[in-house]
Amino acid sequence: MGMKLTLKIWRQKDGADKGRMVPYELEDISPDMSFLEMLDVLNERLILDGEDPVAFDHDCREGICGMCSLVIDGTPHGPQRATTTCQLHMRHFQDGDVITIEPWRAGAFPVIKDLVVDRTALDRIIQAGGYVSAPTGSAPDAAAIPVPQADAHDAFDAATCIGCGACVAACPNASAMLFTAAKVTHLGLLPQGQPERYGRVTAMVAQMDAEGFGGCTNTGECTAVCPKGIPFETITRLNADLLTAARRS
Amino acid sequence: MDLFTEGEPIHDTRAPDGPIEERWDQRRFGGKLVNPANRRKLSVIVVGTGLAGGSAAATLGELGYRVKSFCYQDSPRRAHSIAAQGGINAAKNYRNDGDSIQRLFYDTVKGGDYRSRESNVHRLAQVSVEIIDQCVAQGVPFAREYGGLLDTRSFGGVQVSRTFYARGQTGQQLLLGAYQALERQVAAGTVEMFTRHEMLELIVIDGVARGIVARDMVTGEIETHTADAVVLASGGYGNVFFLSTNAKGCNVTATWRAHRKGALFANPCYTQIHPTCIPQSGEHQSKLTLMSESLRNDGRVWVPVAKGDTRAPGDIPEDERDYYLERRYPSFGNLVPRDIASRAAKSVCDEGRGVGPGGLGVYLDFAEAIARLGRDAVANKYGNLFEMYERITGEDPFEVPMRIYPAVHYTMGGLWVDYDLQSTIPGLFVIGEANFSDHGANRLGASALMQGLADGYFVLPNTISDYLSGGPFEKVGDDHEAVVAARKTVTDRIERLLSIDGDRTPDSFHRELGALMWEYCGMERTDEGLRKALDRIRELRTEFWGSVKVPGENEELNQALEKAGRIADFFELAELMCVDALHRAESCGGHFRAESQTPDGEALRDDENFAYVAAWEYTGEAPVLHKENLEYENVKMVQRSYK
Amino acid sequence: MSWTYPGIGHNFPDVASRSNTVTAPRPPRAAAARPGSVYRSSVGKKAVMAVTGAILVLYLVAHMVGNLKVFLGRADFDHYAHWLRTIGEPALPHRVFLTIVEVVLTVAVILHMWSAVSLARRARRARPVRYAVRPAAREHRYATHVMRYGGVVILLFVIWHLLDLTFGAVNPRGGGAEPYDKVVADFAPSHWYVTAFYVIAVIMVGLHLRHGIWSAFQTLGLGRRRRQRGLRLFAGTVAALLVIGFVSVPVMVTIGVVS
Ligand SMILES: Cc1cc2nc3c(=O)[nH]c(=O)nc-3n(C[C@H](O)[C@H](O)[C@H](O)COP(=O)(O)OP(=O)(O)OC[C@H]3O[C@@H](n4cnc5c(N)ncnc54)[C@H](O)[C@@H]3O)c2cc1C
Ligand code: HEM
Ligand code: SF4
Ligand code: FES
Repeated sequence: MGMKLTLKIWRQKDGADKGRMVPYELEDISPDMSFLEMLDVLNERLILDGEDPVAFDHDCREGICGMCSLVIDGTPHGPQRATTTCQLHMRHFQDGDVITIEPWRAGAFPVIKDLVVDRTALDRIIQAGGYVSAPTGSAPDAAAIPVPQADAHDAFDAATCIGCGACVAACPNASAMLFTAAKVTHLGLLPQGQPERYGRVTAMVAQMDAEGFGGCTNTGECTAVCPKGIPFETITRLNADLLTAARRS
Repeated sequence: MDLFTEGEPIHDTRAPDGPIEERWDQRRFGGKLVNPANRRKLSVIVVGTGLAGGSAAATLGELGYRVKSFCYQDSPRRAHSIAAQGGINAAKNYRNDGDSIQRLFYDTVKGGDYRSRESNVHRLAQVSVEIIDQCVAQGVPFAREYGGLLDTRSFGGVQVSRTFYARGQTGQQLLLGAYQALERQVAAGTVEMFTRHEMLELIVIDGVARGIVARDMVTGEIETHTADAVVLASGGYGNVFFLSTNAKGCNVTATWRAHRKGALFANPCYTQIHPTCIPQSGEHQSKLTLMSESLRNDGRVWVPVAKGDTRAPGDIPEDERDYYLERRYPSFGNLVPRDIASRAAKSVCDEGRGVGPGGLGVYLDFAEAIARLGRDAVANKYGNLFEMYERITGEDPFEVPMRIYPAVHYTMGGLWVDYDLQSTIPGLFVIGEANFSDHGANRLGASALMQGLADGYFVLPNTISDYLSGGPFEKVGDDHEAVVAARKTVTDRIERLLSIDGDRTPDSFHRELGALMWEYCGMERTDEGLRKALDRIRELRTEFWGSVKVPGENEELNQALEKAGRIADFFELAELMCVDALHRAESCGGHFRAESQTPDGEALRDDENFAYVAAWEYTGEAPVLHKENLEYENVKMVQRSYK
Repeated sequence: MSWTYPGIGHNFPDVASRSNTVTAPRPPRAAAARPGSVYRSSVGKKAVMAVTGAILVLYLVAHMVGNLKVFLGRADFDHYAHWLRTIGEPALPHRVFLTIVEVVLTVAVILHMWSAVSLARRARRARPVRYAVRPAAREHRYATHVMRYGGVVILLFVIWHLLDLTFGAVNPRGGGAEPYDKVVADFAPSHWYVTAFYVIAVIMVGLHLRHGIWSAFQTLGLGRRRRQRGLRLFAGTVAALLVIGFVSVPVMVTIGVVS
């Protein structure tokens, strides 16, 4: 009754393995399943067949933790806009479809196994300066720092990044610019972020480069796949801040 | 055999006496401090990077302790706190609407159905004020008004507007604030981060917590980490039900292992069930998604009057619909508290009047609101929720009523801790959802985030110094017999799981256990049902150890092995939950015993016999119950009523 | 247990795979930024590209305006070409201004290309393993392929163009001829293929600039959400005007309007 699908999945035992695409046939897939539930069905079968289940990252399954990934038919997080893989449902596919599933591809995101990659490079970009230095206990009263609503709004749009790395996966340069710019913009627009604003952007960009991500060439692919629709404008804002930082130093 | 035995009562020996407003100051003054120069020589392990663990690790690092922080995800930013939507309470009284620390304290004690500790809750209300200051200073983008000042809303039926929020992503924004503070300390070298590491055992030496055994989830290496104190901030155990609003990886392993090593587990049966979740769509369902409670402000809940009515909702005429909440609770209507709304939905579905697949759902209808306010106004208020609903169900709530059903959401129970947040194992502290401390039998909306951050930023860093000032502690080598033994427990268990090679997948056991728990230890519990569940859980557990199939090996990323280990611990927890639910023959908060209800079907508390915390000791056989009596000096106990 | 997929079909050999190891050493923590290092960062290189690109665009606008003088007739055009060499005289010696312009342009082109090449190489390193399936063509095809490969075509064209009209090396009339004659000789109807090449190259320039001008605003930090449509329009218009302006000369020569 349900859908019949052919999956072509990237299988790679570990970081040292060369990896390959492997086809699987699935039957009786309900259109109400989420994409990951469809993979659960496959894995249950693989376990019973004595095969190794497909490793993929996921946790919240509600589009907020940023853990799930998967490049589905060439598009990170699959065909539905502004939707993470875990929120994608099978009703967006047709009976008989052949679906190709690959991991995020970037030198800075080495494959750990199958579809699981190492994204700790993004954490190190944050370590380089993606914070406000406000040790616990040192804060003034919350109402002492008014923030114009428009700035609060734009800062918020940038702050919704879930750190999934789809922007890197989609970028033809494998650049982490949208991710980095989202944090630079979030903190750079708020009064609390001002004292460290220019040091922050310089250090974060330097770390981004050191991790081996590509350079941004304004292709806009990142925003197109970003599940949170982080605006392209954040990149322009990062550029502006970096150039100001260069002038000031 | 008896299900349990009763042991000595237990007392919280740390909370100072005296007026409740002064206790926290007193405790801070009474506690010993650690000289800043000595902090570098002291090490702390923090398991978990959610609001509680992330904020604690960052703050301890700032203070100068050497911290090791663990999480099972690939980044500390992904802890399940990230999913909280609604908001965080704080007694700021920015609205001048009569709020105060006293009122927040009172609301939380009452909301917890008089099963929480006064001293703790009062401290929580006090500290709530500092939390907002701290988060704003970190750049958390709370909602603001035109003038640039912070906006608040009222939440969960309270009469004051004290909930601070960041659109529908408050948990995310608060967690990112804590995460960034944590990463700052990682860069500063005070915190060492271990991602994709799962704690599998606690190391206890001479009765004192001295470290953990963790598995590197990428290489499978079993590592031992020792320290001068251990903090567990590993979140809640709602996933014992398989289907819940928790993330797939949420587990009880960290706290359960500590329980087996001697930490008492308190009130395990207190589970919060959230009324507005998207119902299950079929057998394949892997988790449930919460829809914000705010929907009940404008949506009307109904089911068909007739059983088994399969007509489309639009074809059911007004007089054949039962708006059961409005009918049963005329004054609160659709806005009754979570536990009441959940139970009411269950009872209409049990009568066979549920809607959608399997008859497990009720309508949440916006037709009236759309007619009254206009489509645009409704879209403005709930647009993003409607979109999320449509993404999951494929149905447009503007056209057809939403279907909702209750789902497990939060667990009030957890490891027993004293006022210092220290468990019954010295040197083992427990914070956030992992402990039992502040919510009694029912948690109010927007107060878990508050508790996590209160514990992590403000309470633990102050109380742990009293313990650490007892140092320097003797060094523990990897070859210490207790360390070797703990490590062996872990490797033996993994080997055993891998060698069974049976014919059922780990998930199939988890689903079955979850269904069992939902049926008998979910929204409504009976003596008979719980006994049945206990028998079945034991059988199932034996079956698990005889016929589970865990493929692959330990020395690789092995997600099936991770699951199997967690499920094994859920089995043991499930038993204790049922015993706890069985022994508590009263209804209170999230725990509804069918035998204890008023003539019109409402929960009936029994303060005479059950005004205590049930703290359970692990023995390997029947657990031992230790009662901590609850005394109310500042709040008067009354029966809740929402008629 | 070994890594096998018993009973599953063939592997796909068509996927180029170079594996990355997880155990790769942790990337160095970036050194604290020194002044000037910003320009060696990926974002700095892009800024160099934008600034040099802007210089080239301004030059092209001036150049195009000059070209259009062809339509005013031989005398005006040759006079203009001559004037270019005498700007600033007598304060500046003969042709010094033009030489300065040429040097600036050469440096700009070199820096522009250096940035483009080093960013392209960085991008290549940043994705050692390619995707098996590529998404349907979207914007980025344009932004990478047209800009990079198109840039190479433009470079070839510029070289030919200089050899042709500046040095006269490949001009039918040789290096010594008057500018007007060189132009007319180049694009004479019998040389329609030269015209065709010129037109194609200029269109490439137009495509390059349609994205490039917009992109330069972003790179220099001047784009904002509310300005995006305006910037796109501006870039498109400038690019279109340049194409029309440049193409009109050879086309008119080829179809005989200018002779
Ligand atoms: C959908 C949803 C919405 C909610 N909305 C609200 C709301 O609006 N307001 C509110 O106040 N509360 C809300 N809550 C409740 C609240 O979010 C949680 O109670 C709270 O965030 C728990 O925080 P925590 O730090 O204790 O644990 P968590 O955030 O769950 O963190 C647990 C951490 O422990 C780690 N961990 C767990 N086990 C192990 C192990 N064995 N080894 C190593 N690491 C381990 C994990 O990696 C993670 O880092 C909501 C909860 C849910 C599920
Ligand atoms: C007539 C000569 C040229 C002009 C006027 C010109 C102009 C520009 C401009 C304005 C930009 C935008 C810079 C930015 O995005 O910040 C640009 C980008 C670029 N140019 Fe050129 N360019 C010229 C020649 C070349 C040549 C010869 C090459 C090839 C080697 C080249 C390759 C590129 C590339 C690859 C980009 C990057 C695209 C991007 O950033 O999105 N250009 N150019
Ligand atoms: S910017 Fe968007 S795509 Fe990139 S990490 Fe953040 S949420 Fe993911
Ligand atoms: S699993 Fe959390 S965002 Fe997809």
